[in-house]
Amino acid sequence: MATSVGEGARRLAGRVTSTRFPLAAPTWPTTIERPDPERKVGLDFDHEWSRRYPVRLARAMVMDNVTRPAARLVAPATVRGLEHLQRVDGPVIFAANHASHIDTPLLLTTLPVEFRHRTVVAGASDYFFDRTWKAILWSFAVAAIPIERHKINRRSGDAAAELLEDGWSLVIFPEGGRSPDGWTQPFTGGGAYLARRTGRPVVPVYLSGTRHVLPKTAEKGSRAPGGSGTESRRGGRFRRSPISVLFGQPLSPDQGENTHRFSERIEAAVATLAREVQTDWWQARRSVSSVEPVVGALTAHRGPDGPAWRRAWALDTPPMGGRGRSWPE
Amino acid sequence: MSRRPGFVLEVDKSTPPTLFWNGEGFTLETLPEGSRVLYAPEPMEALSDPYGAIRHALLHPVGDRDPLPALLSAGMKLTICFDDISLPLPPMVAPDIRQMVIESVLDMAADAGVDDVVLVAALALHRRMTESELRHALGDRVYDAFAPHGLLTQHDAEDADNLIHLGQTEQGEDIEINKRAATSDLLVYVNINLVAMDGGHKSVATGLASYRSLRHHHNPQTMQHSRSFMDAPASELHTSNWRMGRYIAESGVKIFQIETTLNTDTFPSSFSFLQKREWEWNLRDRATYAGTSAALARVPSRLSRQIFHSIKSPHAMTSVQAGEVEAVHALTTENVWKQQGVEVQGQTDILTLGLPYICPYNVNSIMNPILVACLGLGYFFNLYRGQPLVRQGGVLILRHPTRPEFHPGHHPSYIDFYEQVLTQTVDPVRIHKEFEESFATDPWYIHLYRTGHAYHGVHPFYMWYWCAHALQHLGRVIIVGGDAAAVRRLGFSPASSLNDALEIASDVVGSSPTLTHLHAPPIMMADVT
Repeated sequence: MATSVGEGARRLAGRVTSTRFPLAAPTWPTTIERPDPERKVGLDFDHEWSRRYPVRLARAMVMDNVTRPAARLVAPATVRGLEHLQRVDGPVIFAANHASHIDTPLLLTTLPVEFRHRTVVAGASDYFFDRTWKAILWSFAVAAIPIERHKINRRSGDAAAELLEDGWSLVIFPEGGRSPDGWTQPFTGGGAYLARRTGRPVVPVYLSGTRHVLPKTAEKGSRAPGGSGTESRRGGRFRRSPISVLFGQPLSPDQGENTHRFSERIEAAVATLAREVQTDWWQARRSVSSVEPVVGALTAHRGPDGPAWRRAWALDTPPMGGRGRSWPE
Repeated sequence: MSRRPGFVLEVDKSTPPTLFWNGEGFTLETLPEGSRVLYAPEPMEALSDPYGAIRHALLHPVGDRDPLPALLSAGMKLTICFDDISLPLPPMVAPDIRQMVIESVLDMAADAGVDDVVLVAALALHRRMTESELRHALGDRVYDAFAPHGLLTQHDAEDADNLIHLGQTEQGEDIEINKRAATSDLLVYVNINLVAMDGGHKSVATGLASYRSLRHHHNPQTMQHSRSFMDAPASELHTSNWRMGRYIAESGVKIFQIETTLNTDTFPSSFSFLQKREWEWNLRDRATYAGTSAALARVPSRLSRQIFHSIKSPHAMTSVQAGEVEAVHALTTENVWKQQGVEVQGQTDILTLGLPYICPYNVNSIMNPILVACLGLGYFFNLYRGQPLVRQGGVLILRHPTRPEFHPGHHPSYIDFYEQVLTQTVDPVRIHKEFEESFATDPWYIHLYRTGHAYHGVHPFYMWYWCAHALQHLGRVIIVGGDAAAVRRLGFSPASSLNDALEIASDVVGSSPTLTHLHAPPIMMADVT
């Protein structure tokens, strides 16, 4: 038998029609299992539209008139090494360190105009493309394309290679995610693989100081001193701070150099740029061992072994370009 | 995704408002928590090669019948009869199933060298079809080959010269049917079986019969004992037709029955929300609903009627079977239930229905108040097997504008029935006794039936008899949103809103009734246990 409708007639009074549906989306009866919607997100997201001319035009207008001035406002940038790009003919792979979400817009807005509006950004498919709205947002804002960052994926590689061959430059963050502590993480081989596959050069890029502009949010549940872990976290807010963006010489794989070795060389080049920020080009070159330049650069770049506080302490990146450590060396 | 069966939803606080048809429009109503809503099964997959399936059925008949080519020969007299405009609902997109089947039959007849072929629209007492309706049903190729030569005819139940009285059943039922069909060497009948009620012996015994014959089962007594029309073994209407059909067969009329079933893909994609569950409406569905509702509210009823009657249904054929009448119909009924059956546990105190703009008798016409009653109480109420959805003494709440509007060309006797009969009584038995004969034999109505496009003079009586079982079963009938005077004329209670209707119903079923809503169309049939 059907269940009783209780005081049906009286209770119904005053709510004859819904005030929301059908203008708003319908609610689901609680007894009906809601199937997973068939969403095309992640690697399945169709981003081809983001490279059509009208979208490119709209993106260029936003980037040049909104993003670029805003970036300059919150992160006055010192840019060095752009002359290396003048010698490059065709698309390149920009391989940069990654410490903050603001890395991408800052890097894009410092690129010469001939690269700025014809560059796509490899974004983590599980992070930037896990929701439809996020996928659309990032595809429009920075021409992001989804890549699988935790493992080698043929589809990711094919899509990026096709774009390179189609004349689009690519920004890739070979660390696979933002640095948790400011030190560089080991590079994955994606950029090197694409360079070997397409024959396009890799331009190493070092972004300095961006983690002070927009720090990475603390892990969920991590505790502040004396806190419970549920209080508001420090990250996720913009703070004005100067940054530096350094472009290195374009690199191409040597004859017989495999992906792994080439990837290490890219990482070493980025590490050398990092030292250059703190000193100068010559000092940076000198700090790298002449015997094993790659290994030396990497050692300095990835920070000392030891507990978290030692690694944090060893970082020499005072915010706002102000005070460094308060005691003598 | 595989086809989802029909199901019964129990309304809770998260259930969105439910779609109710409301004539040439629709509305959303919030049903009380605990109510049940019956949703139709999703459409079955269409036959991928309908012409191939038809040919296969003609070559591999069921029951005691030879393949059609074996029944065809030069010099024979062949009559092909087909269902009229009342099927399917809404009319289907071209090519109509009748066209596909009849073309296949005619191909075989031509191969066999049959010269004497006549097509007959099995109207019974329905109105004659117009040329455009015939062209739509049969296709231009068939129409142009037969109509100009007078070989495409429409059954005339008042043409004494073309009727033949075959005799009487043991129960004294006269059997008088179309002479051309009855005296042919082979009668091929082409059915569209929209619901389980259609087809079987009813095709010939009703579709090709005269008033003298039809009156034996189209009367209040038979209808009251048909429980329901959709369940042939429990339907006195069918029992009578089966008696007649068997008599016709024993009289030597050789019938090759072809029956076809349709899926419930009822509305075109532009109105797809009409056959979706409300919580699955996407943005397009909601926008279409809102836009259509707003537009329909602002246009005259005449225009909205034209819009709706221009809808052609994407119905597709799910099965075709041919051969001996009863063997064919058993398969057909099984296939219809496969598509339309919904299992329901227990009856309800209140049954709610939203009535659409169309019923079998107002295609390209107007749904007058008598047809509203017939659609609600005759058809929808009877969409059950086992026991009615609503309990004995329960309440039926219909939603329909029920305007006192009539099509004078199609329904002339309906106007007089409404003005002269219903003003005196709504009791089917008394109506049958006191008024039927005069309407059935009225020469003016007969003239309009034979020469115009009018339903027979007795037809509104039959529509009222269709309601007889429901009228006997129900404690009250309420029409929400209907013209109050017209609703009262029908003997029902008018209500301006569902709230009001529930208040009125509480006088009959108490303050804590159970409620079930039949979310149709698309058509479904409740298997009530």
